[in-house]
This record gives sequence, structure tokens and C-alpha cells, in this order.
Amino acid sequence: MSDHLPVLQVLAPLLAAPVCALLRSARAAGALAVLASWATLAVALALLGEVRAVGVVSYAIGDWVPPIGIEYRVDMVNAWVLVIVGTIASVVSPYMIASVSSEVERRRIPLFYAAYLLCLTGLLGIAVTGDVFNVFVFLEISSLSAYALIAMGTGRRALTAAFRYLVMGSVGATFIVIGIGLLYVMTGSLNMADLAVLLPEVWDSRTVKVAYGFLGVGCCLKLALFPLHLWLPNAYAFAPSAVTAFLASTATKVAVYMLLRFFLTIFGAPFSFGTMALDRVLLPLALVAIASMSMVAVLQVDVKRLLAYSSVAQIGYVVLGLSLASVTGLTATLLHLFNHALMKGALFMAMGCVVYRIGSAHIDAMAGLGRRMPWTMAAFLVGGLSLVGVPLTVGFVSKWYLILGAIERGWWPVAVVVLLASLLALVYVWRVVETAYMRPYEGDGRAVEAPPGLLLPTWVLAAASIYFGVFAKSTVATAEQAARVLMSGVGS
Amino acid sequence: MLGLSLALPVAGAVSIALLRRSPNAREAASLLTAGALFAIVLRIYASVSGGGRPSLALAEPIPGISVTLEAEPLGVLFALVASFLWIVTTMYSIGYMRGNRESNQTRYYLFFAFAIASAMGVAFAGNLFTLFVFYELLSLTTFPLVTHAGTAKARRAGRVYLGILLTTSIAFLLLAIVWTYAVAGTLDFRQGGILAGEVAGAAVPVLLGLYVFGIGKAAVMPLHRWLPAAMVAPTPVSALLHAVAVVKAGVFAVLKVTVYVFGIDFLAEAGASAWLTWVAAATIILGSLVALTKDNLKARLAYSTVSQLSYVVLGAMLASTLGVGGGGAHIVTHAFGKITLFFCAGAIYVAAHKTEVSQMRGLGRTMPVTMAAFLIGALSVVGVPPLAGSVSKWYLLGATLDSGQIALAAVLVVSTLLNVAYLLPIPILAFLSKPEGETAGGGPQGGTVLNEAPAWCLIALSFVALGCIALIFWADRAFQLLQPIAAAAGG
Repeated sequence: MSDHLPVLQVLAPLLAAPVCALLRSARAAGALAVLASWATLAVALALLGEVRAVGVVSYAIGDWVPPIGIEYRVDMVNAWVLVIVGTIASVVSPYMIASVSSEVERRRIPLFYAAYLLCLTGLLGIAVTGDVFNVFVFLEISSLSAYALIAMGTGRRALTAAFRYLVMGSVGATFIVIGIGLLYVMTGSLNMADLAVLLPEVWDSRTVKVAYGFLGVGCCLKLALFPLHLWLPNAYAFAPSAVTAFLASTATKVAVYMLLRFFLTIFGAPFSFGTMALDRVLLPLALVAIASMSMVAVLQVDVKRLLAYSSVAQIGYVVLGLSLASVTGLTATLLHLFNHALMKGALFMAMGCVVYRIGSAHIDAMAGLGRRMPWTMAAFLVGGLSLVGVPLTVGFVSKWYLILGAIERGWWPVAVVVLLASLLALVYVWRVVETAYMRPYEGDGRAVEAPPGLLLPTWVLAAASIYFGVFAKSTVATAEQAARVLMSGVGS
Repeated sequence: MLGLSLALPVAGAVSIALLRRSPNAREAASLLTAGALFAIVLRIYASVSGGGRPSLALAEPIPGISVTLEAEPLGVLFALVASFLWIVTTMYSIGYMRGNRESNQTRYYLFFAFAIASAMGVAFAGNLFTLFVFYELLSLTTFPLVTHAGTAKARRAGRVYLGILLTTSIAFLLLAIVWTYAVAGTLDFRQGGILAGEVAGAAVPVLLGLYVFGIGKAAVMPLHRWLPAAMVAPTPVSALLHAVAVVKAGVFAVLKVTVYVFGIDFLAEAGASAWLTWVAAATIILGSLVALTKDNLKARLAYSTVSQLSYVVLGAMLASTLGVGGGGAHIVTHAFGKITLFFCAGAIYVAAHKTEVSQMRGLGRTMPVTMAAFLIGALSVVGVPPLAGSVSKWYLLGATLDSGQIALAAVLVVSTLLNVAYLLPIPILAFLSKPEGETAGGGPQGGTVLNEAPAWCLIALSFVALGCIALIFWADRAFQLLQPIAAAAGG
């Protein structure tokens, strides 16, 4: 059984999805989705344990020996990403049950769960596979189902948001498949480990460099790096609350993983940072993303959009860690994938609770909610403080490594930008907190505490974003190990 | 013991929240916690003055960087002052909050207890990281106290308060801490510092500047604006937090960084702190000058605090045994003097609803006890012997002369004169001139009745006023307690 862990990772949600679609009962479909999500987390944790023990887990699909057949290959890096996706899926899926019933048409709910499970399959698949074409296949699975999920949001603007994401996402996927094609032309292989061995011989060819560019742009579109982020704010703002929480915490994270895999494992750190000067390309983009998107977030009046822009800024932090081109920097990147998933998940879920009760995410509508919905707003406060990077929250830990990495390289201005951007985060978080806690309630009494079905998952993430801020030893150690694997090229 | 000093106020806060239905039981819980906390800090003091250095590791959030508590003389001194004055302030709060019929009293006592817990954490922080954690917690837990009134004005003030304190601590202090970690590989407080030999040249004054300005709670100009803004808080908050716990946590942190991170010797050799002595001197003078222009009593006291805090910063930046000892002693003596003044300001507000200095004519007739206490507090802050304030001023003056900085000594003298100019007119007006509306030809004592603040307030303010006198016997002991840290660094 445990030999088949890598493929089980994908199979559980993949098999559950069509069953969900066939089920008539929304409740049964929801229960199945939760079970499948929990199963993925269990498998992901088991995989992480195995990777810790043996280093790299390789699985040949259908017993076709790689590089001929498709290989699933798990090392510290994707084991970590699988755990992130699994964790978020298992927390968000119970939340969906309560949240979706108020936002999605009843007869569509089983289909909603099917789309969710397919999306989860795609995301896990990208992370688990060791074959670049397989990455593209799973990318399409996750993207197509994500478009459907977003389109199920209330209001017609969800449709345009989903369509826009579809256009941008398809462009990104096309770029990626072109890049993969070029690589195949040059090496005749689609296996990641194999590519990593074959590519150095053809490093000098222009085709390889063009492939690098296509892959880079494609990945950056999917991970919403400034200025390729335009699809994200509306998609997050108009999707159903649970979908926003799920996608914000997983989709962009997996896209970042894809970027790391392509650039550091397949092409290798020497090529990326040496020949292609990746660090110098990404650094300015990351800094502009952090600074400008934080400022834009300050100006938002819709809190879901505010959080969406904040996500784009936080992706800037993640990419900044990569552009530091050091183990410390990559540790920060990988840590922030997990940490940001926790806090942004908690924040979006808290907003979901608010929308569930008052039907609006407008900042003025939130006046006085501190007293009306104390637990919801407390969770928002915890997530918000973590976003700012207050010590003893997860946000502080990743920021610490980011600043440390910048100072190690002697890049003082970078450290200063990171710190100043935390202050912008303070401004946009505090605007909401002040409105909720210090202005009198003006609504019609609909705002009462959210039901436990929504509150409990929200607080699981909020509590986790404190727990892993106080006891960060295990997460830091895992992230650092993964960073070393990435910097050393092919995991052995 | 150390763990208890943190856990006790937190437990107090919990019981305050649980007893919210019965105000008397709730206040009893507050008092009891405060008393017990002081007893515990006394035990810690006994152990430290015997040469002990009890420590306790709480957690290790980031590998290699832990949250650790450790008691050392400077911290014990700060903890003693804060925990002792918490008892008195709680008594005062009962009178003040009930006398003013303030709303949300449970929240008030709750966050007060949390703030004290954070202050204890600052006092017993065993490394820079721990100090930073509790420093930030102190900013956050005092925010609901500052904005207690909930008015638009309070919200604005709260923004300034949190804005400046968090901005400076994140932008400068955190940067300085990460920098320190990057070069020294540790954040522990060590005798003699951890930076000697790790940084050199122009980097030293820059790093020190990041610390001094990063610790916004020390209110060094131009980062002092949050302190006057915080005066919208109820007076007991201004008294304990913005004359003692919060601001003293700031200057205390400056002292700690000077002694245990840079090391006095290293600073003196590098000459890195010279420019900051002038910043401190400027703050001393400018703070006093602004205080002169303020008619609002609490605003005047706030600017006086800004000025007095820089005495401590100046003591630290002199980088000498005498300077650090004098600065430490000034933490104690100024605490007593200033809390007395704030208690009086609050008492005047409760009893007579007066907030402006110009309204206080003849107030000595109706509130003799309060105004007498005000006089004692004022004289102590000015530094008139034999009151407590004179001792620390004496040491600081000695420290400036010792280092040959005649100009800095002159600054201290001028500032003393300014203290006289902005503090003493208040009791003089109160005692010597006639109440408003009473014509010169009116009856000598016509219809004057005593109108003092509630008894709880009076007890508290008389107590701290007497403290200003009694402290003269102990101020030297505070200085002695600090000798080992400064001496070991100097020797």
C-alpha cells in the first residue's frame, strides 16, 4: 500500500470527483469531498514521512520504467507543497459545506464539489509528478475546474472574472506547453530528472533559452507575479467565499512550486542564476509587486479585493525569496508558501463568515462587527497581524528569513522595502480592524456570530498561524531542507 | 518565579474577565493580582541582588532564537517599579473610573493586566528577540486603553499611537535586530555586549541609531508624537503606562541594548553614541520648551515626560558606568515623581472637571491634599533635594562632567530651570492666587468648601507623593544594584 502513495495522492480526489457529480444529495457529495480531502492530507503526511526517511520516492506509473514511462517523483520540496495543499483542502472542505449552501444554487452543489475535487486533483498532480508534460495535463485539469468554481460565484461579475481568468490562464498554459515542447525538441525527454541531466549539454543553444523564457512567463502568469496578476483580484473577489479561500491558499502556491521546479531542478541553479540572471530579472518585479500592490490594497473598499491585492503583494515576497538566490532566501520562499496559505486562508474564511451573515464585503458594512461577530473578527485580527508580521505569528517567521537573506547578500534597500511594505500591510489591516472594532454597528441586526461550521475551520487556520509562529522549528527545518534540495539541483 | 511574573497578570486578566458581573470582586481580583505580582518580583529581586541570574526558556520559535526570560539587575529594577506602582494605580483606578462613571471598565482592567504582563516580559527578556516580542505586545495591549473613550478623537490618537510605535519598531528596530543577528550570530544579552569586533566604522553609529529611534517608546524626538497623543486615555492609563510602564520600557530597552548588546566599552571606544547624546540633549530642551507652551495639564506633563525620558537616553549614550547607573536610577525616581503629577491631574479632573492649567487658580483651597502632593511631585521632577529626583539628576550631571561634556551638563542645568518654569507655577497658582470669579475685594475664605477627589484616589496619590520623599533613601540602592552590570562592563 505504502509503495503506491504517490499515485494515491492523486487518485483519491480524482475518483471521488465523478462520484460527487453523480450524487443527487448535496450533503452526501459534501461528505465525500471532505473525506477525499482528508485522505489527501493523510497521504501527503505519509509521503513527507517517507521522504524524510529515504530521501526521494519514485513511482513508475503502470510499471513503465522512467524516463520512458511517467514517473511520480517526490522529494522534500514537493512533499512540502503536497502537505500545504492537503492541509488547506482538509480545512476548507468542511467550511465549504456551510458556506456553499448559501452561495451556490442547490442543484449545482454536487457539481460544485466535483469541480472542487478535480481542481484539488490537478493541484496535487502538478506537485507530485516528475514528468513535465504531465505537469501541463494536471495544470489544465486544475485550471479548467478553477474557472468553473469561480464562475459559480453569486452575481454576474463572477462570470466575467472567470472568463478573464480563463483567457489569461490559457495564455499561461500555452506558454508552458510551448516551453515544454522546445525542451522535448532539444533533449527528447519529458522526465524531469532526465532533463536535468541532458540539458547542461545544450545550455548554450538559443532554443533552450527561449524555452526558459516561455516557461518563466507561463508560470509567472499562473502565480500572478506583477504585472501578470490582472486576472487575480476579480477572480478572488467574486468567487464563492470557500473557493477564494481554497484557491488563494493553494493555486498560486502550486504555481510557485512549478516555477521552482522548472528553474532550479530542471535547468538548475547555476544556469538560472548564472546564465539567465534570474535573480536580477525577478528582484525588481518582486519589489514593485510588494510595494505597489500593498499600496493598491490600502485603497480598496471591498475587503475581499483588498485581501486579493494583498495576495499579489505577498507573492512578491515569495518571489523575492527566490531572487535572493540563496538557501536562506529559498527557505523564506518555501516557508512563506505555507505561512501565507495559513493566514490568507484564515482571512478569506473570516471574510466568508462576514459575507455569510451580512451579504457584503464592503468595509463600511463591517462597522461594529467586532462586537456582533467577536470570534469571526478575532480570527480576522489574528490573520491580519500575521500578515503584518507581528512576532509570534507565522508572518513574522517568514519575514525574518527574508530580511536575513537580504542582509546576508548585502541588499540593504531590499530589507528596507520589505519592512516598509509590512507597514502598508499594517495600514490596510488596521483600516478593517478599526472599522470593525471602533465604529458603532449600523446594520439591521442580521449580523450575529457565524455558525460553528464556518467558524471552526476558520479558527483552525487562525490558531495554526499562531502555533506555527511560536513553534516554527519543524516548519523551518523542513523548508530549509527543501531549499537545500532545490539549490543543489536534482534531489538525490 | 520568572514564569509566574508573566502568568500571574494573565491569570489576573482572566479572572477579571470572569468576574465582570461583580465590579467589587473584579477590582479585588485586580488588587490581589497586583499585590501578588509585587511579592513575586521582590523574591526575584532577592535572588538577583544575591548575584543570581535565574532564567527560563519558554519557546524556540525560530531555530537558534528563543523566547527566554532572564532576571538581571536592570530588569529587576524596572519590574519592581512597574509592579509596585501597578498596586497603587489599581487603587487609584477604582476611584477614578467609578468617580467618572466610565464605561467598559472590565475591558479597561483586563487590558491593563495584559499590558502589565507584557511589561514584565520586557523587563525579564533574556535576549533581543524576547524583548522585541513583548515590546510589540505592549504596544498592542495598550491600544484599547488609549482608545478607551471610543470617540473620533480617541480613534485618531490611537492611529498616531500605534502608527508611530509599530512603524518605528518594524522599520528600524526589527532591521537592527536582524542586522545584529546576521553579524553576531546571536541575540543573547551578554555582559560586555555581543557586537564588539563584529561591526566597525560607520556601521556602529548607524546601527545604534536604528536601535535608539527604533525603540519609539523612548520618545526621542522627532518620534515623540505618540506620547502626547496617548493622553486621550483615562488618566490612570496615562499615569502608569505613559509615565511608567510603556515609556520606561522604551528607555529600559535603550539601556539594555547599550549595556548588553553593544557593551559600554565598545561604544565608548567606537565613539558611536556621541551624535545621539546631542539628539537626546535636543529632546530634553525642546520637550521642556514645548511643555511651557501647553495649557492643558496632561499635555504639559506629557511633554515633560518626553524631555525626562531623554535624560535616561542621554545617560545610556554617555556610555559610562555613571551614566548607565544614573539612567537606571532616573527610571525609578522619575516614575514616582511623574505618576504623582498624573494622579493629581486625574484627581483634579474627577473632582473639579478642570483640565487646563489656567483654570487652576485657587484650587489649593478646595483640594489642599492633591495640590500638596502635586507640589512634592513637581519638586521631585525638578530635582530639589532631598526629594528622589535629585539623586538621579545628580548622578547624570556627574556623568556628563565625568566625560568632559560641559555643554551637556549645561543642557541638564538649563532643563532644570525649564522644569521649574513649567511645573511650579501650577501649585503657586493653586495656593497663592484667588479662585476664578472671586473678586479681589471678596471675603477671604468666603464659601470655600473642601472638594477633593474620591478617597481611593487620594490614598493613592498621597502614597506616591510620600514615595517621592521616602525614595531618597532607596535611590542610592537602585544605583548600587546596577553597579555590577556597569562595573563588569567597565572593568
